[in-house]
Formats: sequence, C-alpha cells, structure tokens
Amino acid sequence: MWDYSEKVQDHFFNPKNAGAVEEANATGEVGSISCGDALRLTLKVDPETEIIQDAGFQTFGCGSAIASSSALTEIIKGKTLDEALQVTNQDIAEFLDGLPPEKMHCSVMGREALQAAVANYRGEEWKDDHEEGALVCKCFAIDAVMIEDTIRANDLHTVEDVTNYTKAGGGCSSCHEKIEEILTTVLAEKGETFDPNAPSKTAPEPIAASGGGNNLQRMRRIEMVIESIRPNLQADKGDVELIDVEGNTVYVHMIGACSGCQMAQMTLGGIQQRLMEELGEFIKVVPASQAQMAQVAKAGG
Amino acid sequence: MSDIYLDNNATTMVDPKVVEAMLPFFTEQFGNPSSLHSFGNKVGLALKKARKQVQTLLGAEHDSEIIFTSCGTESDSTAILSALKALPDRKEIITTVVEHPAVLTLCENLEKEGYTIHHLKVDEKGRLDLEEYKRLLSDKVAVVSVMWANNETGTFFPVLEMAELANAAGVLFHTDAVQAVGKIPIDLKNSKIDMLSLSGHKLHAPKGIGVLYLRRGVRFRPLLRGGHQERGRRAGTENSASIVALGMAAEMAMQNLEHENTVVKAMRDRLEEGILAQVPNAFVTGNPDDRLPNTANIAFEYIEGEAILLLLNKMGIAASSGSACTSGSLEPSHVMRAMNIPYTAAHGTIRFSFSRYNTMEEVERVIEAVPPIVAQLRKLSPYWGDNGPVEDPEKAFAPVYA
Repeated sequence: MWDYSEKVQDHFFNPKNAGAVEEANATGEVGSISCGDALRLTLKVDPETEIIQDAGFQTFGCGSAIASSSALTEIIKGKTLDEALQVTNQDIAEFLDGLPPEKMHCSVMGREALQAAVANYRGEEWKDDHEEGALVCKCFAIDAVMIEDTIRANDLHTVEDVTNYTKAGGGCSSCHEKIEEILTTVLAEKGETFDPNAPSKTAPEPIAASGGGNNLQRMRRIEMVIESIRPNLQADKGDVELIDVEGNTVYVHMIGACSGCQMAQMTLGGIQQRLMEELGEFIKVVPASQAQMAQVAKAGG
Repeated sequence: MSDIYLDNNATTMVDPKVVEAMLPFFTEQFGNPSSLHSFGNKVGLALKKARKQVQTLLGAEHDSEIIFTSCGTESDSTAILSALKALPDRKEIITTVVEHPAVLTLCENLEKEGYTIHHLKVDEKGRLDLEEYKRLLSDKVAVVSVMWANNETGTFFPVLEMAELANAAGVLFHTDAVQAVGKIPIDLKNSKIDMLSLSGHKLHAPKGIGVLYLRRGVRFRPLLRGGHQERGRRAGTENSASIVALGMAAEMAMQNLEHENTVVKAMRDRLEEGILAQVPNAFVTGNPDDRLPNTANIAFEYIEGEAILLLLNKMGIAASSGSACTSGSLEPSHVMRAMNIPYTAAHGTIRFSFSRYNTMEEVERVIEAVPPIVAQLRKLSPYWGDNGPVEDPEKAFAPVYA
C-alpha cells in the first residue's frame, strides 16, 4: 500500500468541504487521464472583492485524490481569485506533508480544477496545457510524455541526455530501460535508430578543461553550492550538511524537516542537479551513512 | 476483534503445520541434497517425498515431471522461453488479454524481439471465443499459454479442451494455474496439458517456491543452466526447506479440496448475496457460473477502489482492487478493461478472496461493514446524487481530461 502521510490520511478519512457549495458561481470539472480520477470543484466567489467565500469538492478517486481535493479547498478559502491562482500543485502536496511520486498527479488535478473554476467564473474557456503520461522515473516523478517532448524539443539521443534535461533516470537508474525504449520510439519518428554508445549531447568535459581546477578548488565549489541551497531549506525548517566527497559521489546529511520528508529524494535530486550544472561533471548526491557522520563528528570534536 | 484477511489470491498464510514441517531443514537438516554423506542424503529423501506430494495434487503420471522453481513467474518464463528455444522455426505465441503480468509482460518483450503474439479476447463475462482460438492454431505457433483461472475474477478458461485442440494441431500447451492449483481437482495425466505453473504461496506454502510441471517427453530447454539439480532442468541448489513446505501444503490442499468447494464456496456466495442485497449499483464481474470457489469480485459503481480499500482497512478488513490507483503503475486493471466494464465501475472493483481459514462470522462482519463505506464515498462522488446516481451520470459530470 502507499506510504501516505498522516495528513493525507486525515484529509481522506475526514475530508473538509465535501459536497457542492450552495449558490456556487464558479465550477471546475477536470479529470486525470493517467488514473481515471475526476474532480468537480465549486466556488462561491464574492463578485465585489473576488474573494472565495466558500469552496466544495466532489471527487471520484483514490485516497490521495480525495485528500488533495480537501486540501485544495482549505488552502483557497478566503483567498482572492488571483491569490488562489498562485497556488501550485507543490503547495497542495506540501500542505499534505508530501505525496508519493506516483500520486503527485492528484495534486496537479487539484490545481487544474481551480484554474478551470476560475476560468468558468470569468467566462473563459479553460484549456489544459499539458498532457500526462505513464510515470517512468519514480525518483523524480517524471512521466513518459514529458520525456518524449523533451527528447523532440532538444534533439536528445542518449539516456544521459534525458537525465540531464529532465532529471528522469538520475536517481536509482531502474528506469533506464524504459528511457531507452522511449528514445528508440521517438528517434524512429525521424528515421533514426537509438545507439546506446552514441556520444552524449551534454557530455561533461574533462575537469581540467572545464576549468575545474584542482581537487581543493573543486571541493570549495561543492561547498559553495551546498551553502547556497541551505537558506531555502532552512526556510522550510530543514537543512543540509556536506559530509564527504568521494570521486563523483557527494555525501550529505539531511537535517530537521528534510530528514524523513517524502520530498527528500527530490531535494537530493535538486542538489545533484545544481552540483552538476556548477561543476560540469556527473555528480551523485547520496545521504551519508551513520558511520560517515560519526567519523566527521569525531574529527570535528 | 481480529482483522479479517480476504486477499488470499494475493498470498496466503503459511499453514502452521507447513511451518513445522519446514523448520528442521534450516538447522538439523541443512545438508546439500546433492552430498553423499548422511547430512545430504536425508534432505534428498525429503525432497523426493515433497515431489510425490505435489505429483499427487496435480495428478501427474511421474514424479520426475515436477520441477521445483523459485516462483510462478519463473515457471511461466521457463515454459514459454523453453518452447521458443526448442522450436526455433515457430515465431508465434497464443495467449489471452487477461493473463497475469508474468505472461503478458514477457510476451510484450518477445514481441519487440520479433515474435508475433496473438492475444485472445474475452467477452463481458471474461469468456474466450474458442473459434478464434482454433483459427489461430497452426504450425507457426510455438506455444499456447492460457491461465486456468483468472486471478481477479476467478473465471475459468477451458484449458482442458484448449489443450486437446492444441495437441491435435501439434502445438505445445502451457497453463498458468497459480490460482487454480489447490482449489479445484486437477488430473494432468488424463489431460493434454504439456506444461503447468504453480506457486507455493497461493496454497499456504511460503513465498519463493514454485513448480513447473513438464510432461514427460515434451521438448525442453532450461532457463537456468549449471548443476545437475532437477535433472539438469533447473540448476541451482534446491530450496529444500521451502520444497518440503510445498510438499506438505500440497498434501493439505488435497485433503481440503472438498472443503474448498463446499464450505469456502458457501462463504463466498453468502458474502456476494449479503452485499448485493444492500448496496445498489453493484454487480459481480467475471462469469459467476464458472469460476473459482473462493473468489468474489464486485464492482461498486461511481466510486474508486483504493478509497474503498483504505476505509475497509480501517475496519480491519483486507481485500484488493482492480482500480488504477492500487497498482503501482496507475494502469487500471487490464482484466476489467478487457471485459468492457465501464470505467466508472471498473475503478470501483473489489476482490474478496477466501481461504479455509476464514469463517462465516467474518463474512457477516464484512457484509455489515461494506454498505456504509460505499455510501460514505458515494456522498463525495460527482456521479452520485441524494438517493442514487445522478440522472445520466456520464453527461451530468463530464470533466476535461488531462
């Protein structure tokens, strides 16, 4: 079964604002093709101030779809339409203390229902701006359509390219076979064949040539990147600490709200992406082991 | 009150007697059955006994037709890949749209390698069209692989008849009988089935042990080559403790066959009748007239399966669902789609699967628990009104899909 946070469970077992709002003047109806779930969001908007006075949902869907709908209504009540439109699916997921990667689309459905309802209120027609496909990379929640589009748009040829452009495949690497299959299909459209040995478009240059300098400089740049990320994490009551660097592997310690957070994998991925961009080489960021941290503590103490 | 386990098609409890039988093989009887000394020899004799016990349950002619493997999936892969290797000129496979992923995913992959896969379709009750099957049988087909009973609905396929037809056409026949073995009488020696897969953990043996039945004389190419174990047909040191366990479980299943088809069946029937009498807009999927005695699959319209399961779980009731959201992949059940069940019902299918450890008292508790759960979720559903589905539900709620 899914690893749902207590907040998700709470909003599922005791949903807030279930049912249609009476005297609603805005309605949004959307569904997620990837799982068949669907949601109707009804709003009562004050025509003077555009403040959402009441919000209600009716959902045909799984536990996290119902929890996401409930969270959405809680978040937007009392906001103006413009404020509400600033709500992202990440906000919905964070409100619920995270969702499993396979279930992130439930939060996307919530955001889309809101956009559809606002469009409905304003007499506009809402059009969906993206299509969702089957989930390929579970570490970073990247779906097939996203990968296909990115391959086409950037003329990518290798799994490494795909990882560098979309993050897909940058974590546990179990999805590399699927990514190769997608590459094979998309490249076939142009009459090309997928070659597993093709040079990577974004192949990192040798460290010396990319101005990487010596080991000490490289280490300082790694420290610099980690330092620059810390304020963001601290704002969310978390933190990260650099523990060790071994070849291409950077060991970090996730602290506070970051440890045990369901989004920790994504945060690690984000740090990894930043490091790769900064250093121009492939970097793997992994949580440090207890033994490593003990060693650091000993050396420090 | 203890929890109620109604997910026996997923896996079963290891029978305490089975555990008792297998335990000595971790400590006292740890020898390698291939060894000459007395440590190994005794284990070898225990495996021989287990092979006989499985042979009896399957009604196989020879005990050497039983090959122990690590699971049902390995047995399926071994059977299909063996046929392709042994008959390299034949590039076609016949299977069905509702097979277990152990067969379907393998076939998908073989398709990429250039094989032609024929997927037999099913009707709204999950039944095959044997005329379509007969037309496809030819000397281009290497193997037919058709499940004996469907894991989601319990619906049987006429494998005995299909094996006769394959045999007459000179085509090998394999059946994935993982759900059927131990629940219905099987007599392989009087059938034309060439290969059959079974899995220990579906009949109260542990996980990690399976069997491939291979009729004597059927051309075979092993999946794993190496040592001489299983007469060279499945190399790798025997999982002796689990093999002994499976033997014991097979013997107990044999003793309980009648119980399964009377007492267990009666519990299943009572559950269906009790739920359907109280819950409107619900129906049994598959073919109620020809299915496993232990499986009930009920579609609850206009609500979603995972949500039902979470609420059942809160009440201490374990079942499973064909809804998209319960499979890690978000794909709705291919079995429900194949039977053309509308998606507003397919997403709300719940499978209750029994074993001999369930009781009628548990059934009554489930019958009490289900109606309020369904009502609670329908209150949240955009397809449901105050007292039933909204008028013309598909039109009344037609979301934009993205």
